[in-house]
Amino acid sequence: MRKLTDIAANRRTWAWPYVLFMVLFVVLPLIMIVYYAFTDADGGFTLYNFIKFFHTSEAINTLIYSFAIALITTIICLLLGYPAAYIMANAEFKTPAVMAMLFILPMWINFLLRTIATVELFNMFGLPLGEGALLFGMCYDYLPFMIYPIYNTLQKMDKSLIEAAEDLGANKAKVFTKVILPLSLPGIYSGIVMVFMPTVSTFAIAELLTRNKITLFGSLIQRSFGEGGIAMWNYGAALSLIMLIIIALTSFLDSGKESDAKTSLI
Amino acid sequence: MQKPNYPYTGKAASAPQAQSDYIIEVKHVSKQFEDGKFALNDVSLSIKKGEFVTILGPSGCGKTTLLRCIAGFQVATSGDILLNGEDVTQTPPHKRPVNTVFQKYALFPHLNVFENIAFGLKLKGFDKATINRKVKAALKTVGLTDYEDRDTDSLSGGQQQRVAIARAIVNQPEVLLLDEPLAALDLKMRHDMQMELKDMHKQLGITFIYVTHDQEEALTLSDRVVVMSEGRIQQIGTPTDVYNEPQNCFVADFIGESNILTGTMVHDRLVHFCGHDFECIDEGFGENQLVEVVIRPEDLYIFEKNDKAQLTGVVDSCIFKGVHYEMWVKLDGPEGETPYEFLVQDYHAFEPGREVGLLVKPEDIQIMKKERLCNTFEGEIVKGNKVEFLGADWDIPEAVAQQFAVGDEVIITVDFDKVDLHDYEDEGTLTGEVYFILFKGNHNHLTIRTDDGDDIFVNTTDAWDDGDRVGIAIHPEDIHISKKS
Repeated sequence: MRKLTDIAANRRTWAWPYVLFMVLFVVLPLIMIVYYAFTDADGGFTLYNFIKFFHTSEAINTLIYSFAIALITTIICLLLGYPAAYIMANAEFKTPAVMAMLFILPMWINFLLRTIATVELFNMFGLPLGEGALLFGMCYDYLPFMIYPIYNTLQKMDKSLIEAAEDLGANKAKVFTKVILPLSLPGIYSGIVMVFMPTVSTFAIAELLTRNKITLFGSLIQRSFGEGGIAMWNYGAALSLIMLIIIALTSFLDSGKESDAKTSLI
Repeated sequence: MQKPNYPYTGKAASAPQAQSDYIIEVKHVSKQFEDGKFALNDVSLSIKKGEFVTILGPSGCGKTTLLRCIAGFQVATSGDILLNGEDVTQTPPHKRPVNTVFQKYALFPHLNVFENIAFGLKLKGFDKATINRKVKAALKTVGLTDYEDRDTDSLSGGQQQRVAIARAIVNQPEVLLLDEPLAALDLKMRHDMQMELKDMHKQLGITFIYVTHDQEEALTLSDRVVVMSEGRIQQIGTPTDVYNEPQNCFVADFIGESNILTGTMVHDRLVHFCGHDFECIDEGFGENQLVEVVIRPEDLYIFEKNDKAQLTGVVDSCIFKGVHYEMWVKLDGPEGETPYEFLVQDYHAFEPGREVGLLVKPEDIQIMKKERLCNTFEGEIVKGNKVEFLGADWDIPEAVAQQFAVGDEVIITVDFDKVDLHDYEDEGTLTGEVYFILFKGNHNHLTIRTDDGDDIFVNTTDAWDDGDRVGIAIHPEDIHISKKS
C-alpha cells in the first residue's frame, strides 16, 4: 500500500504517460521518416531519394517558391502586426481587451473553415483565386501569431525606459528606434518563427485558395504520400526530412532569444 | 571632466537674491487628474542655481508629480514652470535641459554600461572621442571606473543606481532631478550613497532636486527642504528650520518625533499648557489665543522628581533605541481627566513606575498658530427641523430651526470634541474613514475623510487606526448655526 502511494507521489511516475506519448507520436515517426528517407522500396540503404530531389527542378522550385511565399507572408504579417500590437500595448483601459478579443475571435474557428469561408468571400466579390488569394489567406490566418508575441513584449516593457530616453533627449522617433524597437526584438523573433514555420509547410490553404493551381512544398509532400501510393513514401519522407532540417535551421533564429514571449502566448 | 558649471553657492538659505538667480520657478502650478483629484494644488516654488532642494512628503502627497512636471513627463493643468526664466510648461521632456535619475533606475536592458551612459551624448551628436572621454569621466565620478563593458543586469542595485546617475550627469544638465533614487537600496548602502550624492553635488555644482519620503534623508542632504502634503507645500526652509520651527502640525508630526499639544498664549513670551505657565520666546500671537505647542522629545529634560521640575509624572514605558532611551511619561493631573503623556528621549533610563520631573527650556518650546478652532461648514436649512451640510441632512433642535426659514443659507460650526464616531457605519448620519491621526498629549485629533471627500476634524480619547471606517454622528444640540452673511 505504502509503496503504491509512493509510486503515485513520485513525479517521475506522472511523467510516464507523456514520455510514452512522445515516443509513440514524436520520436518514432521521426525515426521512421529518417528510415524511409534513406531506404528504397525494398528497405535497402540509398541516397536516391535525395538525389532525385536535387535533380528534379520542379521540386526545388516548389521549395524555393514555398519559402518565398512564407517569407512574404511573414513580412506582411510583421508590417501589419507590429503597429496593431503597438496600438494595443499603448491603448488605455479597456481598448486592448476589446482589440485582443477581435484578433482572437477568428482563432476560435478552425482555420480550414475560415479558409473555405475566404474562398466563398473571394467568389462572392468575383475576385480571382490564385497567388493573391493565397497570400491574403495566409496573412489572415497567421496574423494573430505575429501580433501576440510582439504585444506581449511591448506590454511588459517598462514604461520608464521610454521616459528615460525622452529625458536624455530622444524625440518620439528616436525613442522608437533606439529603445522600443530593440526591446521588442524578442517578440519580433518569436512572431517571425511562429508565422514562418507553419506557412512554409502549409498545403491546405494553398489547395483551397488556389484551387490546386499553385503547389507548395507541403502539397508536394502530401501528394507523395497520398497519391503516389506506398512506392512514393520514401521520396516523401526525404522531402519531409529536408523541410524539417530547413525549419530547424530557421528556428535557430529564435534560439535562446526570449522564449517566454512564445510560452506566454495565449 | 565636468568642472563645475556654476560656482557652488553654499548655504542656499542666505539672503533673498535677484530673480535671475532662480533656475527653476514653479508658479501656481496645479495638476488635476481625470478623476478630478488634485495631485498638485497651487504649488509655487523657486529654486536657486546650484541649490540642493529636497521635496519631502508621504506617498501620494504630489512630490513625484511635481518632479515629473519639472521633467516634462506630465503637463500642469494650470500654472507656469520657468527654467532659466523661460516658460517650459508645455515643452516636451527631450527639449528640457534637465535630466532625471529614476526611482527604479530605468537602465536600458539592451545596452551595456557604456552605451547606457552614452545614450544622451550620442543623441546630441558628440563625436566618438568626446563621448568616450565624457563617459569615462562620468563613470569615475560615480566610482565605477572600468565598468564600461558590463551588462546592466550583472550589476548590483547600488551599481545600477550609480550608472543611472552617471547617465544623467554625463549630459551636464542644468538641473538634476532625482526621484527617490535610494529607496531600493538597503540602509547601509543608502547612507553611503547619501554622502556620495552630497559630494557629487558639491563637485558638479549643478542644481539637484531630490524627491524622497525619508525625512532623515531630506535633512541630511538638502540646502532647503520642501515639505508637501495633499498636493500642497506645507513649508519650505532649511533642514534646521523645518525641524526646529515647523509651521504646522503636519510638518511637526512628519519630521522627527514631537509632542504636539494645544495651549493658550497668555501673552507674549508666556504660554499655558498642561495646567502650567511656561516661559517661551515667541511673540505676536495675541493674548489668550489658542495655539499649538511643539516640544521635541530630546528637548525635555527628565530627572528624579524634585523642586526644579516644571511637570511631574510617572514613567509609563521605557525602550532602548540604540543611542538613547525613549520613554513615555504620564503626567500628574487633576483627578478624572485624561492625563497628558509626553514622549521623552534621554541617554539615561528611567524604568516604568519611577516618579520623574520634566523641564523644558523656553527656546525649545515651538509655538504655532492653530490652523482651525472648530469644524466649519456651509449648509442650508431644510424641511423637518434639519440642516443640510456635507451632503447629508442633520437633525437640529426645533427651537433652533424656527429661527431660520427653509432654504436659508447658513454657516454651521461643530466643536472637535462634539463629533461622535461609531464603529458601525449605519449608526452615523454620514460615513467616512480615519484619514490622519495626530496625538495631542491627552487626546487624538483625527481627520475623518467622508465618502464625498470632505474632512471633519474630531478630538477623541478613543483609539482608532488609519483607514478605519466610521459612522459620523453629531448631537443636535452641538450643531451651532448662524446665518450666512
